[in-house]
Amino acid sequence: MSYLSARGLVRSYGRTPALRGVNVDVEEGEIVAVTGPSGCGKSTLLHCLAGILRPDAGEVSYRGQRIDTLSEGARAALRRTEFGVLFQFGQLVAELTAAENVALPLLLAGTGRREARTAALSWLDRLGVADLADQRPGEMSGGQQQRCAVARSLVTEPRVLFCDEPTGALDSLAGEQVLGHIVRLAREQRTTVVLVTHDVQVAAYGDREIMLRDGAADPTGLGTVAAQR
Amino acid sequence: MSTPHVLLGLLADGPKHGYDLKRAHDLKLPRAKPVAFGQVYATLGRLVRDGLVVPAGQDRDAGPDRTSYELTEEGRNALKEWIAAVEAPMPHLSSVLLAKVVVALLVGDADQAREYLAAQRAAHTVRLRELTGVKTDAAASLSDVIAADFGIAHLDADLRWLQTTLDRVADLHREVTTR
Repeated sequence: MSYLSARGLVRSYGRTPALRGVNVDVEEGEIVAVTGPSGCGKSTLLHCLAGILRPDAGEVSYRGQRIDTLSEGARAALRRTEFGVLFQFGQLVAELTAAENVALPLLLAGTGRREARTAALSWLDRLGVADLADQRPGEMSGGQQQRCAVARSLVTEPRVLFCDEPTGALDSLAGEQVLGHIVRLAREQRTTVVLVTHDVQVAAYGDREIMLRDGAADPTGLGTVAAQR
Repeated sequence: MSTPHVLLGLLADGPKHGYDLKRAHDLKLPRAKPVAFGQVYATLGRLVRDGLVVPAGQDRDAGPDRTSYELTEEGRNALKEWIAAVEAPMPHLSSVLLAKVVVALLVGDADQAREYLAAQRAAHTVRLRELTGVKTDAAASLSDVIAADFGIAHLDADLRWLQTTLDRVADLHREVTTR
């Protein structure tokens, strides 16, 4: 059994199908890129794997346990302790400083204030933005904000990091720095990474690529999933 | 790539013999195809003939043909001109890719075109991952990174075209097989 796997995932939004029976296997410590054209279902797949969305049918397993059948509360706990999530726009809290933003997941998990701040500062340092600790997001560039968001997604030392177009809003050099940090830290921490992107250059940071097309995996890359079904 | 001009460039900071030139070439342009010794010596011969380079003494301590070469004034000018000349903005590698797809479609074999495109896409993706690995290597020098960037940008352009073409041919295939 794979570390993280999906079997026969189906998910629709109203009458619009997003996933039509996806099978995916991710091994521990792997960095896997999920690629495909817009609307192919890659973000929906990430949300299902991360326990944010429940599939309409199919199974999601993490370390041998079904997670799609867990309650909302149990899935939220999983996302707080085992998983990290990073979106295109870092979604930092505008009113909080960088250090407070990064400390937030630890505070929510019950860590003491001082300990959380120390950890936050250390993660900001690892992302090369220690000097921004007391600045608010509005005072930072997009690349700096996203590096803080990476620090926040890793501060709980998750076993799996889910990234949805993490550099989609950045210029190429800033994006490259963010990706470089994610890959380096993931290797250091042996974090498994699921990286959703439509950009082949971003996908190339992964060890392997899963191509989606019309809501299903396209292992041959021939792009005729719909016709074959 | 113009090997004569690259060799002229490598001689710009002082005389070198053939072996040094080959090593300097492969070191400074790590992502280019390694240059063969034979090609270095043949090119040096032509550069001497054209007066762009002259022999600058023999190196005594090692094997055969340790003649050093240095740039002439003409050679220096030729190098400057080559650097200043803007290259025709034409695709290079992709022209082979394009020719194969066009020919496959010409002979009416859309399946073969698709299989070729998917295989080529896979090969490009592997290469793109290798070059990206160069950039994330902490030991990479600036010239490694710049050379990797150059390769990545070109592979990216090819990959976009390969994917778009694959989509177009797949749509064609879908129309034909579901009709």
